[in-house]
Amino acid sequence: MTIEVRNLCKRFGAFAALDGVDLKVADGELLALLGPSGSGKTTLLRIIAGLDWPDSGEVLFDDENALLRNAGERHVGFVFQHYALFRHMSVFENVAFGLRVQPRAIRKDEAAIRARVKELLDLVQLDWLSSRYPNQLSGGQRQRIALARALAIEPRILLLDEPFGALDAKVRKELRQWLRSLHQEINVTSIFVTHDQEEALEVANRVVVMDKGRIEQVGTPAEVYDSPASAFVHGFIGESIELPVQVEDGGVQLGGEKLDIAHIDARPGASRLFVRRHDMQVGPAGAGVLQGEVAHVRKLGPVQRAAVVLSHGTTVIEIDAPRDRELRPGEIIGLNPRRYRIFAAPE
Amino acid sequence: MTMELPHSFSIAYPKETLRLSARHADPRTELRAVRIAIIGLAVTFLGIFVVLPLIVVFAQALSRGVGAYVAALGNPEALSAIRLTLLIAAISVSLNLVFGLVAAWAVAKFEFRGKTFLVTLIDLPFSVSPVISGLVFVLLFGAQGFLGPWLASHNIRLLFAVPGMTLATLFVTFPFVARALIPLMQEQGTQEEEAAISLGASGLQTFFRVTLPNIKWGVLYGVLLCNARAMGEFGAVSVVSGHIRGETNTMPLLVEILYNEYQFVASFAIASLLAMLALITLIAKTILERHLDEGKPSHDH
Amino acid sequence: MPGFGLTMGLTLTWLSVIVLIPLAGLFIRSFELSPDQFWAIVTSRRTLNALRTSFGLAFAAACVNLVMGTIIVWALVRYRFPGRRLFDAIVDIPFALPTAVAGIALSALFAEKGFLGAPLAGLGIKVAFTPIGIFVAMIFIGIPFVVRTVQPVLIDLDPEIEEAAASLGANRRHIVWRVILPSLTPALLTGLALAFARAVGEYGSVIFIAGNLPNVSEIAPLLIVIRLSEFRYADATAIAVVMLIVSFLIIFAVNRLQRWAQTRALML
Repeated sequence: MTIEVRNLCKRFGAFAALDGVDLKVADGELLALLGPSGSGKTTLLRIIAGLDWPDSGEVLFDDENALLRNAGERHVGFVFQHYALFRHMSVFENVAFGLRVQPRAIRKDEAAIRARVKELLDLVQLDWLSSRYPNQLSGGQRQRIALARALAIEPRILLLDEPFGALDAKVRKELRQWLRSLHQEINVTSIFVTHDQEEALEVANRVVVMDKGRIEQVGTPAEVYDSPASAFVHGFIGESIELPVQVEDGGVQLGGEKLDIAHIDARPGASRLFVRRHDMQVGPAGAGVLQGEVAHVRKLGPVQRAAVVLSHGTTVIEIDAPRDRELRPGEIIGLNPRRYRIFAAPE
Repeated sequence: MTMELPHSFSIAYPKETLRLSARHADPRTELRAVRIAIIGLAVTFLGIFVVLPLIVVFAQALSRGVGAYVAALGNPEALSAIRLTLLIAAISVSLNLVFGLVAAWAVAKFEFRGKTFLVTLIDLPFSVSPVISGLVFVLLFGAQGFLGPWLASHNIRLLFAVPGMTLATLFVTFPFVARALIPLMQEQGTQEEEAAISLGASGLQTFFRVTLPNIKWGVLYGVLLCNARAMGEFGAVSVVSGHIRGETNTMPLLVEILYNEYQFVASFAIASLLAMLALITLIAKTILERHLDEGKPSHDH
Repeated sequence: MPGFGLTMGLTLTWLSVIVLIPLAGLFIRSFELSPDQFWAIVTSRRTLNALRTSFGLAFAAACVNLVMGTIIVWALVRYRFPGRRLFDAIVDIPFALPTAVAGIALSALFAEKGFLGAPLAGLGIKVAFTPIGIFVAMIFIGIPFVVRTVQPVLIDLDPEIEEAAASLGANRRHIVWRVILPSLTPALLTGLALAFARAVGEYGSVIFIAGNLPNVSEIAPLLIVIRLSEFRYADATAIAVVMLIVSFLIIFAVNRLQRWAQTRALML
């Protein structure tokens, strides 16, 4: 099922949670809403679900106005960050709940319900927990049951609100993979909200980067990482070096000195130069767009992370260099940005 | 009791969405008609069973005018009953305050086996009928009681006299201070006391300088409830008192006697004093609860 | 931490003197009766009727409080209306008001010429001096128990649970009856048990409005007082022991209930 959101606005008092959001979600895709707290991603998700209502704008499911229906009627599966399992019901009853409250006309009989619940518990590989209660399960198990429960009603869309936020790092990684393979198996249009960019980039087909109620960029994980459309996206995704520069007709200046780099199509004025840490190539002193002195070096897994004091002003930047040529504190080096972007500085 | 509504129920929907969601019943709250019915039922029920009786007390007390009301309260019997009530309450509250502090210290600051059992024992008087609370003392000190003959031979009158009534009141008000303090002190833990001791303070110094200031609202709360119960106790004291006019009548007992003699204005006049005590207790309790809520877990320094 | 010996010693001493020894006296006294004597007292017609009146009406009143208490706590927690805070505060009045005051107030209110008694008499319903009067008084004193026990649980209920149920297609009726009320069940039952226990032992609030007629409208606590005034200590003791045993069974059941609820993480 396709989802389309047009010009959605939502305020809470003076705070604009959503400020004119447009989005199209293709059938069967796994989409991530990524952004810091307050970016509006959860609000957007809840409005799509029918748990909140917009001040203005449209929400369309397969080109039909979804705002005419409430949450139960939209046939949406929603998975909460803290699972929201029914504590007084067993795992079996939790998963069966959506099937039991269906109107008598379409409700399945007991045997069919049992079969469907078993099918879902097998899908999430937790059939053996069927008669336990939520407080007897681990966090990861609870989340999988919450997912099974949402899938029981055969939803047209699956919405997940920071589904792995409450779990510890190892479980989170496992469940990420598991969600991705599950999605490939069931192929339901799915949207999940996260503030963890690694999660978004690893799991989703497309990523929607949001900030302050607006969409900054929509694209595949590769697009969003390699070709960030704005300063915010560049800074939010991946580790970046950010340098304040001045763009003029003649070129790019840092601290009054002209840099030997093309200024692409950057507009004149105060700007920011963004370079990924590992895109700063280290060369001998004198040969490079920038010069600097190594302040200290840390070995970090496959790279060495060096703090470098630039000769242009007293800016200190952190770069990630490969371990083959060891850097020493006090060494003067030249730096060449292999890839970079220049964005206008914020007002 | 501080109350907050769950956030999703305080969102006001703009008009368009109300129109939209009105077509399909919003599963997040009840229909307006149902809400009104529930509120109506609740308010009516409380109005009939709680508000009306309160009003009746004052209405009846003033039914012959303020003059009669004041006269009833100025009656020597009434004054004597008030004095006795205050006396018994003062003794009960002071003794149970000390005990409550001691018991709360023992339970909250130490780990020992049988702690739950001890706390259950402390709670015992709460679950016993007031009449039985009085009965046990009659069995102990009455003419046919265990200590009856011994007391008689020493000319000590406990029953049908103030000492017996005080004992019965001590019994029923026993748990109040401890119950208020134990959870509070348990929550506050032992760290501050341990710090004081490590700095060289003695046990008593620690108690007065560190513990007491932290629990002051709890102490007030416990004393408040203890006092309310002590002044208002009827069943237990009735059994033990002998109803000797002018001598062994507390205010609640006098209320009963006057009512049975059809002296309604006098009876309700004294009852109104007790009712006012109850209202003041409730108001003070609400204020103290707010202090207690604020006081966890950090305290003023 | 210093002072354990001293404080424990004082605690146990005070506890024994004021509570344990008197209670022990009661049980020792009851053991002086032979089982046959005990049985005869407890099953005498008047005693049985008194016990039946006390327990039966207390249970009925507690059930009324269960239903009305749920309605009241729902209105106080879930809705906003003018005077809500005030009504929340007055729920505690039956708890704070001295029992004798409550007794005469209820009696005057429901007497045949009383403010509520008069219209009811017009409908042919006599409240004062009948078992109905006892029932009314027991409802009065039980009001705070269900409300205050359920209130914190209802307040802490996670709104996401209801949203989850809504997103799964449940309508409001489903959500209330299948999701919310079942998770309140332990608190509701605890409140019921506490209201019942209180009503069974209640004396002051009840005796003014009750008829106090033996075998008809006589409550067990009153019978104990009467037996004491007749110096029939043995009878009084026997009845008291029966009442105590039932009270303790109720408390025991409540504790078990709460512990079970904790295993389901339904109550703290």
